[in-house]
Amino acid sequence: MTQQFDVAVLGAGPAGAEAACVASEIGLSTVIIDEATAAGGQVYRAPAARSSRPDPHHAEGDALRRRLDASQATRRFGDRVWDIARTASGELAGYELSMIGANGLETVRTRSLIVATGATERFYPRPGWTLPGVVGLAAATILLKSSRVLPGSNVVVAGAGPLLSLVAHLIIEAGGRVAAIVDVSSLKEWTALVPRMAARPDLLFRGLAWQLEVARKKIPVYHGFDVTRVLGETGVEGVEIARTGSADETGSHGRTVISADAVCLGYGLTPATEVYRLLGASHVFDPARGGWIPELDTAQRTSVPNLYGAGDGAGLLGAAAAPMTGSLAALSAANDLGKLSASTYSSKATQLRAQLAKASRFGEAMAHVARPRPFLVKGIPDATIVCRCEDITAGEVRAAVEAGAKNINALKFATRCGMGPCGGRMCGEAAASLMECNGIERTCIGQFTARPPLRPISLGTVTGDFQYSDIPLPEPAPA
Amino acid sequence: MNQQYDCAVVGGGIMGAATAIRLAEGGMRVLLCEAQQLGMGASGVNAGTLSLQIKRVSLMPYALRGHAIWAQAGDEVGFKESGGITLAFTEHEAEILEERMTARINAGAPIEMITGERARELEPHLTDRIVSASYCHADGYANSSLTGAYYRRKLIAAGVEVLELTSVDEIEPTDGGITLRTGDRLHTARRALLATGAWTKEISARLGVPLPIRVRINTVSVTERMPKLAKKVIGHATGLLTLKQSTNGTVLIGGGWQGTGTPEAGRGQVAAETLTSNLRLAQYALPELVDARIVRCWTGFEANSPDFLPMAGRLPGWDNLFVLCCVRGGYTIGPYMGRLMGDYILGREPELPLFDPIRFLENHEQATSPSH
Repeated sequence: MTQQFDVAVLGAGPAGAEAACVASEIGLSTVIIDEATAAGGQVYRAPAARSSRPDPHHAEGDALRRRLDASQATRRFGDRVWDIARTASGELAGYELSMIGANGLETVRTRSLIVATGATERFYPRPGWTLPGVVGLAAATILLKSSRVLPGSNVVVAGAGPLLSLVAHLIIEAGGRVAAIVDVSSLKEWTALVPRMAARPDLLFRGLAWQLEVARKKIPVYHGFDVTRVLGETGVEGVEIARTGSADETGSHGRTVISADAVCLGYGLTPATEVYRLLGASHVFDPARGGWIPELDTAQRTSVPNLYGAGDGAGLLGAAAAPMTGSLAALSAANDLGKLSASTYSSKATQLRAQLAKASRFGEAMAHVARPRPFLVKGIPDATIVCRCEDITAGEVRAAVEAGAKNINALKFATRCGMGPCGGRMCGEAAASLMECNGIERTCIGQFTARPPLRPISLGTVTGDFQYSDIPLPEPAPA
Repeated sequence: MNQQYDCAVVGGGIMGAATAIRLAEGGMRVLLCEAQQLGMGASGVNAGTLSLQIKRVSLMPYALRGHAIWAQAGDEVGFKESGGITLAFTEHEAEILEERMTARINAGAPIEMITGERARELEPHLTDRIVSASYCHADGYANSSLTGAYYRRKLIAAGVEVLELTSVDEIEPTDGGITLRTGDRLHTARRALLATGAWTKEISARLGVPLPIRVRINTVSVTERMPKLAKKVIGHATGLLTLKQSTNGTVLIGGGWQGTGTPEAGRGQVAAETLTSNLRLAQYALPELVDARIVRCWTGFEANSPDFLPMAGRLPGWDNLFVLCCVRGGYTIGPYMGRLMGDYILGREPELPLFDPIRFLENHEQATSPSH
């Protein structure tokens, strides 16, 4: 059965949920789809099990879920969109979403599509990073927020970006032990951001409170340091760290070893651009927004008709700005469908843009500390695995670049880097950074071509129940 | 006028690269321009099947020679002579299979007809609903994604000047030669070859000689790594399935099911409906695929001519501009077609006849008469 909507929203984080609420308030028939079983995205992820006491971490998420529940939008959670195609051009332009829901395969048609698929974690590989016990920073927040599961009994929290202090705080709060915090950003870099962070005194204050907590617990904090190696044979036994910029030095000079049985490691966030790429939208490389992002106008329109971007997936601005981009995308979709008068649109959009500018200041500061830092892979040894799906090492990537691969798809063809089940989500940034360290511009390196399925899907789900005679076999070409 | 090159080749797929290498080996100064990087179009995204069972009868001599070239390339392109089985699931398909394979056997392909039972002895994971089958020990596959890296090495070794990520914006006749414009650069050559695959349709039209090319948008899918399910290339009597499990365990599924899109608009799109049929046929042949996860599905553009035979010769009306495209089964045959084309441009007698595109021009008898 095919359902038809005016607007489909992909992703039910703060941007997508707001977009769906606004679109349905305007009177557009709206569907919101998320592969998670509840709205909230990563930032407001719903707890796996409810405890009786109110949990402050879930207050904002609960409010978002209540607002979405009260809306007229059709909610499709736990469902997976695996392919999207443009159906026609001109007046009839729209999108066909191939989905796997509770009842198997189905198709949803929509005139407009708002993409709010968030961001994925950026990894820079280090020797030992594939050992059990190494957990992404964002992944650790999921473990801790939704299930209060500790990554280990003595955890190093390392990498770059605002998730470092959040993860440390969540571990302490859950009764765990933080062995050390290793932050690529220097104290000076953080201090320089305070004026922008002051746009959200509440968040700035919260961050300072977490730092006091860390100081009270006498947790060592290494600013301007990076993990150069994860130690251990069958699991994490510790990390070796060094001052950033000295990563290409050989020998153990200036290196410190910290014992731990788990490492939460991550280097910021990368906008999840698969859907935009799949639909052929233009992209720009903007390190201040997380790297490759769809090219948007001031109304959240992409270069593809009736395709809109919102939230961190369209450029990192953080959770505070996300609802405004979602709201603006919904208003623009309504306006473009002729369902909102020009004057209403323009007054609402103007108001939103002012709010967005203010809300973005804090998010911009966070995106800055979480920016791509390609030089952090410069010194990694050749034997280090870069693509863990296909076991491709840094040496193989470097050799392919040496042999003439100038963009990331040629690298993929030559080495299989990015061909595995993760679709390049884990290795793409690392591989591109290695290419960049070899003197190729990011604009030339480009992005992996996006292909369906958007996530691996079972072949049996696509084929369903069928008879041989159901397969339409056209007459063969001449022998 | 002094030309920089003896020949400029437009297009860095198998045909363009193989021709360029032949020309350079024949003593010519050769330039090759490729808009992307080498081997990233149809040459690099096809399913890599090297099957004599799905080659056109009239192209069999070419296919046998192309196959031998890939065998020589060996590990560099992931060549594997695994053998191949083609399946018929109904009486009607069995008739088609018998007829098509008999013609190929007569054309020199080492194919034998076998029973369904025998097919299952060769490949125990196949369905038990096989009515009849054919087998060819010479069939196999290579890893098409290695095409670009392989030819880059060969081109450099042959001394061809290769310009990747370089679009040819204009092709113009100049006194005694051809001028190519790439951005703000001009390259002059005594002659040029269009080895531009599905893009030849639009390019030939721009040059005033619209060739009747039909573009097909073929779909290929790959699964995650699976336990060993098949050692050989599996096909279907209609040609609508190719299936093989690579040494790394992933299963590649093709068969020419159609996606959407045009070469001019960029890459094609997979169509969920035809993909479903393609995967159903694969699962019917190899039932355990039901549990495989599909990791990626993609499309590649294939150029076809109205008679399904190649276009290989002079672009009608041009003395020094050549065209090579529309080779069905081009992955297998391409390396050999490039050699033939190279020989033709070098002024040698090709070992096997080429396929003059002039046959598609209206009243071409009259058009060719002045040259007789």
